Formats: sequence, structure tokens, C-alpha cells
Amino acid sequence: MRRGLSVFNVTSIALGLAFLYLPILILVIYSFNASRLVTVWGGWSTRWYVSLLGNEAMLEAAWISLRIAFLTACAATVLGTLAALALVRAGRFRGRLLFSGLVYAPLVMPEVITGLALLLLFVAIEIERGFWTVTIAHTTLTMCFVTVIVQARLLGFDRSLEEAAMDLGCPPLRTFITVTLPLIAPAIAAGWVLAFMLSLDDLVVANFVTGPGATTLPIRIYSEVRLGVKPEINAICTIIIGVVAAGIIVASLLTKFAGAKPAPIGGQI
Amino acid sequence: MNGRGNRPDNSARTRGPFAPWTDPDALPLVRFEAVSKHFAGVTAVDALTLDIYPGEFFALLGPSGCGKTTLLRMLAGFQTPDAGRVLLDGTDITDVAAHRRPVNMMFQSYALFPHLTVAGNVAFGLKQDGLPKDEIAARMAEMLRLLRLEGLETRKPHQLSGGQRQRVALARALVKHPRVLLLDEPLAALDKKLRGETQFELMRLKERLGLTFVIVTHDQEEAMTVANRIGVMNHGRLIQVATPSEIYEQPNSRWVADFIGDVNLIEGRIVKADAAGTTIASASVGTLRTAAVADARPGDAVAVALRPEKIRIARDMPVGDVNRVEGEVWEIGYLGDFSIYKVRLGDAFVINTAAANVTRLIERPVGIGDRVWLTWAADAGVVLTQ
Ligand SMILES: Nc1ncnc2c1ncn2[C@@H]1O[C@H](COP(=O)(O)OP(=O)(O)O)[C@@H](O)[C@H]1O
Ligand SMILES: [Mg+2]
Repeated sequence: MRRGLSVFNVTSIALGLAFLYLPILILVIYSFNASRLVTVWGGWSTRWYVSLLGNEAMLEAAWISLRIAFLTACAATVLGTLAALALVRAGRFRGRLLFSGLVYAPLVMPEVITGLALLLLFVAIEIERGFWTVTIAHTTLTMCFVTVIVQARLLGFDRSLEEAAMDLGCPPLRTFITVTLPLIAPAIAAGWVLAFMLSLDDLVVANFVTGPGATTLPIRIYSEVRLGVKPEINAICTIIIGVVAAGIIVASLLTKFAGAKPAPIGGQI
Repeated sequence: MNGRGNRPDNSARTRGPFAPWTDPDALPLVRFEAVSKHFAGVTAVDALTLDIYPGEFFALLGPSGCGKTTLLRMLAGFQTPDAGRVLLDGTDITDVAAHRRPVNMMFQSYALFPHLTVAGNVAFGLKQDGLPKDEIAARMAEMLRLLRLEGLETRKPHQLSGGQRQRVALARALVKHPRVLLLDEPLAALDKKLRGETQFELMRLKERLGLTFVIVTHDQEEAMTVANRIGVMNHGRLIQVATPSEIYEQPNSRWVADFIGDVNLIEGRIVKADAAGTTIASASVGTLRTAAVADARPGDAVAVALRPEKIRIARDMPVGDVNRVEGEVWEIGYLGDFSIYKVRLGDAFVINTAAANVTRLIERPVGIGDRVWLTWAADAGVVLTQ
């Protein structure tokens, strides 16, 4: 078989990438547009980035989003890791299948439904909607992603490593901290990054459960765009794209590292 | 055959035979007392009782799935017996957690911590004991030297060869000076030559450190080579516990005779039994004479276990030997150091004989289809009643 890329392959890759990234590329380029009119090119400029610094509403929304994303990522990582441990380690407890189904449900549940359900819950228990309800909702939304990633790592985990630690005099809890955690840490970190990104990016669920004083960045952008696209929006979107891209790269590097097999026994002498 | 002739000299042997199990006053280091373990319908260990003495190199030998690992794991503390007790130094440790037991295990998979260096792995157990830094360093250095691992301290397990990983796993367990070192198929991942060398290294280490080793293996040659005593297991029970030469020369049952090495099992019935010897009539070989057997009565159905290398093969009819039978050479297997001759007696029965290839002659004196005589002494065969 001939190695390398045929003309057909190159064309399909180019078309696919263009389809995916051309809109984003245009957005990025127009964020450096000097013209006030979004559709008219007026030369290169960084003025919209500078004016963004003066847009307090936008900065406020960004700051809220970052705080929510950070808290969400931490909470989802703890809960998701615990769920993964229960699913992999607790053996065949009653309702295990149901539990694993329940953990995965949010992965495929339409966000509109999740958002609506959470809204009804918050209304029913009369909790004041705002920063914390968005954080709770995002934790619900993202913890299953953490569970999936950590569970995959735990399934490939050699339990005899933990037995070896205990055999050498290490009590169970310390074994978990000194042996198990370092070995599943890359998966946990990847889960954290993913949860952070998902929270930062969510519009639908946040829209349902937010309240006064807790306008997240996506909500802010969306409401401004409805009044017409301003070049400043292009600038903030470009910054978000940069953050998300960095996050995806970190997360995939971490998962790749997490998937790396431990040293084989025997093997090359 | 059993390799014990190659055992290097050591002080224990010059002080007379090491056989605490024959001494009624000797206290066992490890005692399994009617220990049982079941897994969802499978009986892994079945009311097993066993004493292991200080300084022993004890081998648990048996086919795969017979419960060897389960027994070892109950001693390490990873599994709790369903019934019975495990005692160490006379103390009941059945309910003591694994991390509190003064025994250490070398895992079949080695279970080296992939995120720690060689030094980190070896020092791990000492750190758990909260020893001072300089003592940890000294004991680790000594162990690394003993296992020829100097210079590899900063490597991670995946940067080591299979043999080096095996030695790190051994060092990590030995550095704690365990009361008993447990080894679960420790050499299974090594190639044959390295395995042979490591067997002798294990024996040297045991003598040098004055420890007690319990090894699990399904490789009978390995058990024969390293062990002072072997416990032969099947279906969760001990079938025979004895020294390697006793196991080989005096198996207590057809099963053990068949499991250990090659054997010809000749079924027959006792015709005459007295102090001078036993006469057995068999359909396949005719009348056999063996040494006297305790409580053998005429009429008993027995089997005579006859090792191939105890049988002499010759072209001419020999004189003087007690047992003699004629047959036709059916197949010859050339194994280098010796050859296996399969000799057909009558229509169906084939008897295996082994003869060392003492000379370098290419043409063998006996060929396929030749009529030959097989002879063996009265004490060559073992009469088995079970
Ligand atoms: N954790 C376990 N769960 C279920 N069955 C087990 C477990 N450990 C061992 N067994 C079963 O117990 C029997 C003995 O196993 P094992 O002690 O590993 O045998 P060996 O080491 O002699 O090969 C086997 O039938 C095995 O399938
Ligand atoms: Mg085993």
C-alpha cells in the first residue's frame, strides 16, 4: 500500500478543517478590525481589545464566569472522582447498574431539560437564584464527565499496587493518598480542566437558573449580540477561544499521559 | 533429575541436616489451622493444615487454580479465611490487617510503584515504619548492593529490564527483614536461563539473611531446586508434604507420582507380601517384585510407580536383576543429555525408560523396532495404595 496522502485525502481534510474553522478564523480576524462596522474591513488594530478593558459589564461577567467555573470544576472533580471510585471499587452493591446509569444520564440529557429541571427544583426549595444556583447546576452538569474520565483510569489500575503498599506497612488511607491518587492524578486533572471549560462555555443551563447579579459571560455576550454584533464581542470571543483551546490541549495531554500503561513485567531483558 | 545435587554448600548443611519438621519440640513459625476459603461456589482452600518452620524454604506446588495463591494471600493478610486460623510465632493473626503483619510479599506482577524511582520503591516500606533517614539510607544501600542494583537508584521501573525489575521487587520486600518472605511465582516472567540463575540467588539470599521463604510455583523443577520441603496441592488440599527427594522417590499417591516428573504407573494386585518383599501381579508387565511395604495384604489393588531413569535398557537378556521384561522399541526421543525410549510390551502397554547419553556416539546402540530387555531393581518401584 502506498504511504502518504493522496489528492483525495488532502482535499477532504482541507474541506473538513475549513468547514470547522473558517467561521472561527473570520471571527478572530475581524476582532482585529479597525472599523466600527463589523462587516467592513478597515485595517489591523487592537482597539477593540483596549476598549474591552473599559467595558465593565463584560469584565464583571467574565469574572463571575471564571469564579463559577473554578468552583464548579473543584466540586465536580471531588464528586465525580468519588462516584468513579464507588462504581469501580465498591464491587456489586445493590443498585450499581442504576447508579451508573444515573451518573451517565446528564451526558446525553438535552441541556434545556436539565436547565428546566434544575430551575423547578430551585423554585420548589425556594433558594434564591444567582451565583450559587449556577454553580450547583454546572456541578450537576459536569461531574459525570469527570466520572467517565476517572473511571477509565481506575479500570486500568493494577490493584496489586495498593496491596503491595499495604504489604509494606502502609495503612489503607495513606495507601490511597500516596499510591492511588498520584497514579490517577492525570485523569483527575483532565476531568477538572474539562469541567472548567464546560462551565465557562454553558449558556443554556445558566440562563435557566441564574438570577439578578449573576450574569455569566455567555449570557452577557448573547444579550449584547441580540442588539447587534459589536467588534468588542469579536475580541472577547477571540480571548475565550484562546482559553478553550489551551484547556483542550492541556486536557488531552493529561488524558494521554493518564492512559500511558505502567511498566510491563518481564518484557525486554 | 531433582537438581538438589547442585545445591551450593552452606553453613546450615555442614552443621548436619536441616530438618526441624522431624523434631517434635520445634515450634513452627507459620501454622495454618484447618483453613478454608470459598469463592462464589469454588472451594479455593479446603480445611488445610500446615506448619512451616523458621529458616525453611517452603514451596507450595500444584497445578494452576489449586489454591496456592489464595493460601499465600491469607498469610499476607489480603484474604480472610472463611474458617480456621493462621498463626505466626504462635500468635493468631487471622484478623490482623495486612499492613500490620511482619510478613512481606513479592508479587507475581512485581507491583512496582511506577511513579517512584528504584530508591523510592525500595525505601517505601522502611518509610512506613518511620525509621530515621540515615538508617533507611544504610539499609537501602545494603539491599541494593546485595541485589546488584547499585547505580540504578534514580531509574523508574519502566526504565529497567525484566530481571532488574524482578530484583527491585525482591529488594523492596527483603529490606524490611520480614519474618516470612512470600513469593508468588516470582520467576514466571523471566526467561529460562535467568530463571535458573535466580533460583540459586534466592537460596543464597535466604541463607545470608537468615529468613524464612514461602514460594508458590507450578514449576516442579523450580520447587525441587529451591525448597527444603514441598507441599504438593490439588483442589485446595495438601496431598503430600515432604522433602523434594521424598516427593520424587516416595510419592504417597498415584496423583503425586504422576504430577512430579515422568513415571510409569503399573496397576496390579498384591500376590504375596512379607518382610523380604512384595510380589505383585499385573496384567501389563507380569509379575513384579518390590521392596517390602508396610500393611500390604495379598489381594490389595495397588499401582507400582516406576521412574523411567530407574529402568535399564539392553539388547541382550540380562542376568541377576529381579524384574525383567521384554519388549519392542516404539519411539525414541533424543533430549541431548539423555534419551527417552518408549518400549511396547505386548499389544497396548508402553513403558518409558530414560538413559543418559554417556558417550558421544552418533549411532545409538538401540533403535526403533529392536527387541530389548528392560530390567529394574526390587527397590526401584514404589507401591502406591492411594
Ligand atoms: N478473588 C477471587 N474471586 C473469585 N474466585 C477466586 C478468587 N481468587 C481465586 N479464586 C478461585 O480460587 C481458585 C484458586 O485460585 P488460586 O489460589 O489463584 O490458584 P493458584 O494460585 O493455585 O493458581 C481458582 O479456582 C480461582 O478461580
Ligand atoms: Mg497463582
